Amino acid sequence: MSKNVKISKGVDINLVGIAEQKLGIIKSATVALNPTDFHGVIPKLEVKEGDEVKAGTPLFHDKANNNVKFVSPVSGEVAEVVRGAKRRILEVRILADNETKFEEFNVSNIKSADKAVIIDILQKAGQWPLIKKRPFDVMADASEDAKSIFISAFDSSPLAPDYNFILKDKSVDLQAGIDALAKMTTGSVNVVTRSDKGVFAGLNNCIIHSINGPHPAGNVGVQIHHIEPINKGEVVWTVNPQDLAAIGAFLNTGKVQNTRVVAVTGAEVKSPSYYTIVLGSSVDSISKGNINADARFISGNVLTGNKVEAAGYLGYYHHQVTAIREDHESEFFGWVAPGLDKFSLSNTFFSWAMPNKKYNLGTGVHGEERAFVMTGQYEKVFPFNIYPVQLLKSIIINDIEQMENLGIYEVAPEDFALCEFGCTSKINSQEIVRNGLDLIKKELS
Amino acid sequence: MKFLKNIVDSVKPNFEKGGKLQKYWPVFDGFETFLFVPGHATENGAHIRDGIDLKRTMVTVILALVPCLLFGMYNVGYQHFLAIGESAEFIDMVIYGAIRVMPLVIVSYGVGLGVEFLFCIKNGHSIQEGFLVSGMLIPLIMPVEVPLWMVAVATAFAVVFGKEVFGGTGMNILNPALTARAFLFFAYPTKMSGNSVWIATDGMQTVDGYTGATALGNAVEQGVAGIPPFMDAMIGIIPGSVGETSVLACLIGAVILIASGIGSWRIMLSMIIGGYVMGYLFNIWGANSYMEIPAHHQLVLGGFFFGMVFMATDPVSAAQTNMGKWIYGFFCGLLGIMIRVFNPAYPEGIMMAILFMNVMAPLIDHYVVQGNISKRLKRAQVIA
Repeated sequence: MSKNVKISKGVDINLVGIAEQKLGIIKSATVALNPTDFHGVIPKLEVKEGDEVKAGTPLFHDKANNNVKFVSPVSGEVAEVVRGAKRRILEVRILADNETKFEEFNVSNIKSADKAVIIDILQKAGQWPLIKKRPFDVMADASEDAKSIFISAFDSSPLAPDYNFILKDKSVDLQAGIDALAKMTTGSVNVVTRSDKGVFAGLNNCIIHSINGPHPAGNVGVQIHHIEPINKGEVVWTVNPQDLAAIGAFLNTGKVQNTRVVAVTGAEVKSPSYYTIVLGSSVDSISKGNINADARFISGNVLTGNKVEAAGYLGYYHHQVTAIREDHESEFFGWVAPGLDKFSLSNTFFSWAMPNKKYNLGTGVHGEERAFVMTGQYEKVFPFNIYPVQLLKSIIINDIEQMENLGIYEVAPEDFALCEFGCTSKINSQEIVRNGLDLIKKELS
Repeated sequence: MKFLKNIVDSVKPNFEKGGKLQKYWPVFDGFETFLFVPGHATENGAHIRDGIDLKRTMVTVILALVPCLLFGMYNVGYQHFLAIGESAEFIDMVIYGAIRVMPLVIVSYGVGLGVEFLFCIKNGHSIQEGFLVSGMLIPLIMPVEVPLWMVAVATAFAVVFGKEVFGGTGMNILNPALTARAFLFFAYPTKMSGNSVWIATDGMQTVDGYTGATALGNAVEQGVAGIPPFMDAMIGIIPGSVGETSVLACLIGAVILIASGIGSWRIMLSMIIGGYVMGYLFNIWGANSYMEIPAHHQLVLGGFFFGMVFMATDPVSAAQTNMGKWIYGFFCGLLGIMIRVFNPAYPEGIMMAILFMNVMAPLIDHYVVQGNISKRLKRAQVIA
């Protein structure tokens, strides 16, 4: 049954540098697939440096499941396998051909295929990692039964891309993706939109819910919590809408959909707008001429994204790039200054007098880490019926039973991003939640 | 401010690991971060952060306390000249009050920060900001005639046993400032209660009819007839601890705390409700003349508002869940008025009530959180 959810907790952080709705194309000479983007996956290489690959050729697979392949987004030559400490694979770099050659997958009978066949072809073609699961916010496990599948049709985080713009011509692909997903769950496929349903309005074979309120209304975890909460032992799969369209396009054509539209945003970007890029494009190709070289380059949004160096590559799950100012300067008596340029969830800075102001925030922490002192602060931006501080404390002391009791299965690190942003004591709660989830996952396996 | 930064940077190596004075790193770090909010950039997690930190929070609370401090100074002078029967200009009253109050403030900060620094150096912790507020609260809840050495002893006791033994800022169970007051109240009762400590007379001849008793002292003896008019208590021109007398000044503080989002309006509101309910019940009961004081009048006497705005709302020692805050605040108010009326030996029942509820707060939170847990378990069973 379709639900209309309204949340009041949360906050929209107004930043400078929202992407203008026009589309460009960026080509990247090298692309990279980064195994660390897939949390919990231990990669086993299937190629070596110098090998020729096509778009769709497996580069490595999951050690825990040989069938789950991670494929090259482009055709070309494996240029370098970058390793870190303990020979951990950090990047598989590929020198891209000018004309992309694709692996062909047989999808002729896909409309009538059953669950096992669809899972098999998605795993072989490297499309499986696009499906993630809750709890744990990691790649889905095909051996588990998903009680339902959730797709958040919008992103509410700061400067987020507008999926109604990105996907405006993709309703056929979206529908193909949903039809495939519907076969893979015992429950239903749920699409959660804002009141403006846009391109998602016409989709069939799924339930369309709506949710209204400030960020994190777009977080799929918040939506699941309010529509069909996860209990211990239950699994819900989630897919990003653009990834859903990619899955659909693959099933329609038999070729991997290797491009994504990303929003290039932030105050340090000269002309913020949308670009079509190849998955795993280099930072260099995106920032050249458009982004200030000293800026912090973030794959993703300012709350949950990853910091990427100038020589790095975009993350697999990211549909947004943000560039903001790096702060190094200490502030003389910064804690007594009026602070008109500082954004705060409290009203201790006089910027509260300008509610519609757009902020140019840098990377400054504005303080030092302390013990938990303030209370009630996290609750204001945490639209779950969960006690966030108590949950964090149970994670810090490794009390698994208490974590389960307090609802850790319903949250992902990204749901704590606003808590982390607004914390007076500067506590890195996303990291704490990730550690807690990792601990439980290890104990359960 | 470049030159200041240069000075700080030039002495920094002495305090860093391997330097001559590395033991004193926490003190140096405390001063450096006091002067300059450090320019650390985010490493992991959210890339942008709220401008607020604990220093900003504490400074906002101190700002909220300033009206109480200033009015306290004025009232000390006002009461002094009233008692000795001299007429004086406004400015004379303020100057006299400042001369009496500032030493209390200085001793409180000096001793408290000194003890704090010692602990930080010993434990190698960075200096946390909690005492910035406690150090201002302590003088404001003392009678003006309290000897300075007592303030020093009480402050040291409060910082060591109220806070540091639990692990420092954020870890304490009791409100440190109230711990200081309770310590003196029980250790030196003659200097903390009675009729001779609330007004600074400097041993001068007092006028006829002068008693020196506080409103609550009078209420015990004479009930409704003994208490000052409502508006006097509202404005605060009555005897009492230095900063607690003016309800108006406390309300200005409350507005600052609530508007800035630092003080909990839930605790404040529920504490007023709790106090009013108790006062009203006593009105109905009416067993003695003290009980007959109208509930709204009961609330403006003594330290009720000061305790409510600045003590009960201390986030560390109060209940932490929103539901818990309602319960906690309600009982702070209820018990405060109850203790005051039932036991004339403890006219300042608010202090007792808040300390008692500080101890109870973790229990309240436990049951609130337990309620959330059982709701989640029930949901799982319904589906399973």
